[in-house]
Amino acid sequence: MEILLQHCVNALQWGSFYALIALGYTLVYGVLRLINFAHGDIFMVGAYIAFFISTTLLAKDGAFALSMDTTLALTIPLTVLLTSLVGVTLERIAYRPLRRKGAHRLYVVITALMCGLILENGNLALLGASRRTLPQLLEKHVYSLGGIAVTNLKIWVILAAFAVFVLLQLAVTRTRIGMAMRAVSYDRFALPLMGIPMDWVIVFTFMVGSGIAGLGGLLFAMSYPVLEPYMGVMTGWKAFIAAVVGGIGDIRGAFAGGFLLAFVEIMVAAFLPSTFRDLFAFSILLLILWKRPTGIFGTPLTTKI
Amino acid sequence: MRLRILSLACGTLLLLGAATLAAAADTVIKIGFPIPLTGEIPKVGESTKYAAEMLKEEINAKGGLDVGGDLYKLDFIYEDNESKPESAVNVTLKLIERDQVWALVGPQSSRQAVPAGATADENRTPMITPWSTNPEATKDRPWVFRAAFLDPFQAPVVADFATKTFKGTKAAVLFEISNDYSKGLADNFKDAWEKLHGPGSIVAFESHGPKDQDFSAQLTKIIAAKPDFLFLPENYSFVALIIPQARDLGFDKPFMGSDAWGSAELMSLCKDPCKGQYFSTHYAAAGATGATKAFIDKYKAKYGYVPDDVAALTWDAVNIVLWAIRTGDRIEPDVKKMRTLIRDRMASMQNFDGITGSMRFDAQGDPIKCAVVVKIADDGQFSFVESVCPDKK
Repeated sequence: MEILLQHCVNALQWGSFYALIALGYTLVYGVLRLINFAHGDIFMVGAYIAFFISTTLLAKDGAFALSMDTTLALTIPLTVLLTSLVGVTLERIAYRPLRRKGAHRLYVVITALMCGLILENGNLALLGASRRTLPQLLEKHVYSLGGIAVTNLKIWVILAAFAVFVLLQLAVTRTRIGMAMRAVSYDRFALPLMGIPMDWVIVFTFMVGSGIAGLGGLLFAMSYPVLEPYMGVMTGWKAFIAAVVGGIGDIRGAFAGGFLLAFVEIMVAAFLPSTFRDLFAFSILLLILWKRPTGIFGTPLTTKI
Repeated sequence: MRLRILSLACGTLLLLGAATLAAAADTVIKIGFPIPLTGEIPKVGESTKYAAEMLKEEINAKGGLDVGGDLYKLDFIYEDNESKPESAVNVTLKLIERDQVWALVGPQSSRQAVPAGATADENRTPMITPWSTNPEATKDRPWVFRAAFLDPFQAPVVADFATKTFKGTKAAVLFEISNDYSKGLADNFKDAWEKLHGPGSIVAFESHGPKDQDFSAQLTKIIAAKPDFLFLPENYSFVALIIPQARDLGFDKPFMGSDAWGSAELMSLCKDPCKGQYFSTHYAAAGATGATKAFIDKYKAKYGYVPDDVAALTWDAVNIVLWAIRTGDRIEPDVKKMRTLIRDRMASMQNFDGITGSMRFDAQGDPIKCAVVVKIADDGQFSFVESVCPDKK
């Protein structure tokens, strides 16, 4: 029983990362109907940005030499801000020109794939293949609650994922900019006629999505402190699958999908030979899609021609 | 008429080709290095390149290698195998076909050395892998050699040491399923441990994939099985992830590692959680003497850090190839004949005094040499604990 609970805690933490990344996929898809395959790599860039900010601020002989707590307090907003700028830059130089020229969505998706590869290999060329490790930003405590081991970091990760989800859900359903985002997704051609600045809404979407990925990257680097240029690829793909299973385009779907995938992965590894983890995990997800091709929260979409 | 021109052209081309080949072979000794400069284990590639460059500069500074009275310069060609099996095969072929190397040093990890060994053997090019410990790399391949000991030898060393040191009978293993090295060593360890403590003494035998970052499910299972220690035949990048995660989940027992831990990068990634753990390896830098110490001092002065086992084994492997060329006592103008000559010399080597110990090759091209167990000291150094030799066992 304790072991089962321990597995649940593990899955909650691992699912938080999937959920944070999946939210970015789903936001961009929901607004633009674009699968931003570079998103996993934006997550990686977020982790690296966190690494550079925290090492600069922490350096004993550097200009700042701040304490651990202050560094963490500054690293979080700076990472989110800088990562969101990376996302916006990508939108400006890669996706917007194509959109302006009225390129088919397929070409934009391919562009996104290429952007991801550019980010990975640019990082490799710039920083070399050596792995990096994030300095410790949080004094780690291991709590044991009736046989279940939890660290303070794990609790923060789970809380952060839930907080981001609630805020995002509120922003999209309750605010004017959220309404504008839903409007873009509803009818992109009628929108400018209503006087809504579409480019601004799209930029905002990319900012929010990439900012969340940046936060995810920071938390990920704190939990799994080995950074390498390809760290976002597999996690990004899996988070994308999570978003699709949850129903891509729906925020609740991305969130639920992320945790679902993590639970399936961890429980398969826990009760079946770990060798078959991905095989069983993805077979189960395939079964879910088979039953509900639009995902758990997704609604069938009719395409207007 | 046309036929004659054609044949003339063909003949000229052939002659030209032969001439360039002969010229190249006359001037320099070409050795290829299909090594992991990027990917999962970039530090391994770096160590290989650094050690090889150091040796090359040393010999070229003397005017070259003395073969049959003439001096020949060394030319080392490094190709990146990206730590991937398929790339290892590609770059090995490239070195053999395009660069026409005389011999190959590398790949390092068994994951790349096992497939690349097949390529070298098919193309009849002598290859020596400095670091691979999986038997498959050299098995039934007369053209493939290695400088490291084998996993079937390493596994009992680990099992004996752990029995003695941790005084336990229950062991757990976590390994990477897609890595020949990790999987092979895990299986060998399981056999060795069960031979010592009977069936059922391996209480958990878990695996993970090549891109995994979260091991909480496997570790929770392992912790629930209550082992006396956890054996991790893993690359150092995984070690740096697994040990802190196990500690976070409340695991308070020791870890035991294998030679893939011994990279110079382990401690910069892992820091405190890795201190105090043991692993088996090829040489211990702390407390070395003689030629080994001279090598360590030179390397440290040049590159600023203590060379890891990869660097030391590469140094020995390149020296074995150079020894074969030197004692072959002649340079064949034909690269195929030269390759055969090098292979025959290597196979007949009786005793080679390397910096990782003295060794000779058995019928499979595997060296007969000693292993050491080191402890990660509090200052991050790998300090010598004990040495185990094959004849003692």
